[in-house]
Amino acid sequence: MNKLVLIIQREYFSRVKKKSFIIMTILGPLLMAGVLIVPVWLAMRDKTDHQILVLDHSGLFIEKLTNTTEIKFTYGSESIASAKLKLKDGPFDLIMEIKGDALNDEKTTPVLYYKKQPGISTEQYITNQMENILFDYRLQGDSIDIKKIDNARRQVQLLTLKVTEDGKDEKTNTELNMGIGFGCAFAIYFMIFLYGSQVMRGVIEEKSNRIVEVIISSVKPFQLMLGKILGVALVGLTQFILWIILTLVLQTAITTFLFKDELADKVKQNSQIEKVMKNDLTAGITKMEKVETPNEAIALFNDLDKVNFSQIIVCFAFFFLFGYLLYAALFAAIGSAVDNEADTQQFILPVTIPLILSFIIAQSIIKDPDSSMAQFFSIFPLTSPIVMMVRLPFGVPMWELLLSMVMLIIGFLFFTWLAGKIYRTGILMYGKKTTWKELGKWLFYKG
Amino acid sequence: MNSILEVKNINKHYGNYQALKNVSLEIPEKAIFGLLGPNGAGKTSLIRIINQITGPDSGEVIFCGEKLAPKHVDYIGYLPEERGLYKKMSVGEQVMYLAQLKGLKKNIAKEKLIHWFKKFEIESWWDKKVEELSKGMQQKVQFIVTVLHEPKLLILDEPFSGFDPINAQLIKNEILELREKGSTIIFSTHNMGSVEELCDNIALIHKSEKILDGTVSDIRKAHRSNTFHVIFKGNLIGFTNALWAGAEILEKKSVGDVHTLTIKLLRQTTPNALLEAVLQNAEIISFHEIVPSMNDIFISVVENKPALNTQSYFTE
Repeated sequence: MNKLVLIIQREYFSRVKKKSFIIMTILGPLLMAGVLIVPVWLAMRDKTDHQILVLDHSGLFIEKLTNTTEIKFTYGSESIASAKLKLKDGPFDLIMEIKGDALNDEKTTPVLYYKKQPGISTEQYITNQMENILFDYRLQGDSIDIKKIDNARRQVQLLTLKVTEDGKDEKTNTELNMGIGFGCAFAIYFMIFLYGSQVMRGVIEEKSNRIVEVIISSVKPFQLMLGKILGVALVGLTQFILWIILTLVLQTAITTFLFKDELADKVKQNSQIEKVMKNDLTAGITKMEKVETPNEAIALFNDLDKVNFSQIIVCFAFFFLFGYLLYAALFAAIGSAVDNEADTQQFILPVTIPLILSFIIAQSIIKDPDSSMAQFFSIFPLTSPIVMMVRLPFGVPMWELLLSMVMLIIGFLFFTWLAGKIYRTGILMYGKKTTWKELGKWLFYKG
Repeated sequence: MNSILEVKNINKHYGNYQALKNVSLEIPEKAIFGLLGPNGAGKTSLIRIINQITGPDSGEVIFCGEKLAPKHVDYIGYLPEERGLYKKMSVGEQVMYLAQLKGLKKNIAKEKLIHWFKKFEIESWWDKKVEELSKGMQQKVQFIVTVLHEPKLLILDEPFSGFDPINAQLIKNEILELREKGSTIIFSTHNMGSVEELCDNIALIHKSEKILDGTVSDIRKAHRSNTFHVIFKGNLIGFTNALWAGAEILEKKSVGDVHTLTIKLLRQTTPNALLEAVLQNAEIISFHEIVPSMNDIFISVVENKPALNTQSYFTE
């Protein structure tokens, strides 16, 4: 036992002290923060102001296009040639010319002139506006009462309620559940690969350094394998915790010091724009009934409260740990069977197939979290760490969860035992390219 | 004589391949025991069983009168043929780690390591990374780690590979010193010169079986083939006539009237009869029996041929 601790210590400290670990630990949160911040930053940058000069020869759109904070419409009547001159030095960066009978002639196409191409969203905003206006005109032309149409339409929002064990209703948020499930599943998937392959490389290193026989004259091969797997698990845990801490610190720092004012402004503006856009888009079709537009952020927080976080955190820790342990044992076995990393491909593929399969299955499980397929794969040990995490936020019966956990532990013990048998023989084999057949034979060698 | 290690009727299979066939050995205490055999004979399999890296299919190993058990690994030191160190680790950390794996307490390990590093004059290496050391330097570090815990039984597989002659001598002296202090050494090598120089006993394994064992001197005596080396001055024809049917000349070389011959005595011919024949015709310069070297014995036993191949030496 004491020797196992020594091995774990070495595996842990030799990795934690490495430059690459320190760099990855610092770079990880920067990347994560980048992923979170860059879109916001880009969104802020992307919204450039547009001054649009509208030359409307049909007269249908004059004073009808709605301005936003970014897009301002001005209406003119000069010729396009003289307007284009204004584009060069004038205040307008876009000119839109509408010719002929836009209401009846389908071939009439408005033309947008630019010096610098506007973004897709600007173009879309303009076409949406024009379509809505034309829609209204046409209905009026056919003497149809717009109000009647509005009244005929009714928006339906589905409220999903979960009935809990004690018979109470509970509001759930499907998108949120999906997000949490996929997030956890992806984290587990990523970490199994990241740290599993570290175990594999460690085994290959020991083998190619030829130190392995020196060590296993002092400890059992199984102890060495287990020590490595547990040591790397601790490295993973350390790195994960540091990442979370650093990410939080970084995010708080950035939001408080850099974007404080801008961010607050933007949030306000964005919600305004959305409201305006929504109103505009639906204006022609439906009269926006006094539908409550609840503050979405607050609603999200309310929904977050409904998610059983303590269960998800416990299950995440469990499925991550045992999922990693199971796969790390397989990766260790692969490492022992080869002489260098280049030879690992043929063995890695079959090991990764269940992991990748889990992710493909997850797509359909999201649609039907209680199907028999979902049940099977969330209990089968090789796929359960990922599939169960996807199902979990939708609510899983306790007996299924417990069965899945027990199966994973059994799977872990079985695969570690199996891997131990391969490992024990593999680490002492040099120079031969191992085949699957041989790997099978090793299982039956006596200790 | 007490034996520290007894190997009894060991069998070991790898799949259909039988690596060891009913091998029995007895290794006396404080001996330097040569474990010989061609490549793939089963030496390493046997060594791994003694080190409990693998277990035998049948048979048993007795260490110091007890059945071999996991606790015994701390009394055995093993320098494998395929050996190395963690390249990225510093020498100091590495030797401390390996010493502690052998069951030494941290402070004792440190004390002993400092002693050895001083002895080998390599204190300056402590903080270096292993990859900065030359192959020979790494071997020295490895040797220290193997013997550090003063094992009762030391198993050295090709210990001199990678050493220059000076360091090889240094290691030889250390091995002899360890024996003086009470260690028993199993020494596996293909270098027959060092076997003759160091070993008291040997066992020869060939095709998974032990085919020869005993003390080096007994084995060499047993493989004598009644062959003598004679240098004399005088008449060669008279000499050969005098020998007539009693002996066979395996090799001869003449410079002027000084003749050097290798003679195998036939049937009941004694060395004295040979000398008598020579004395009538010549003046003896040198006369001695050819005792086969371990190298010759190794080759002859493995190839199942007599120790001196008469055919190839016959020049008439």
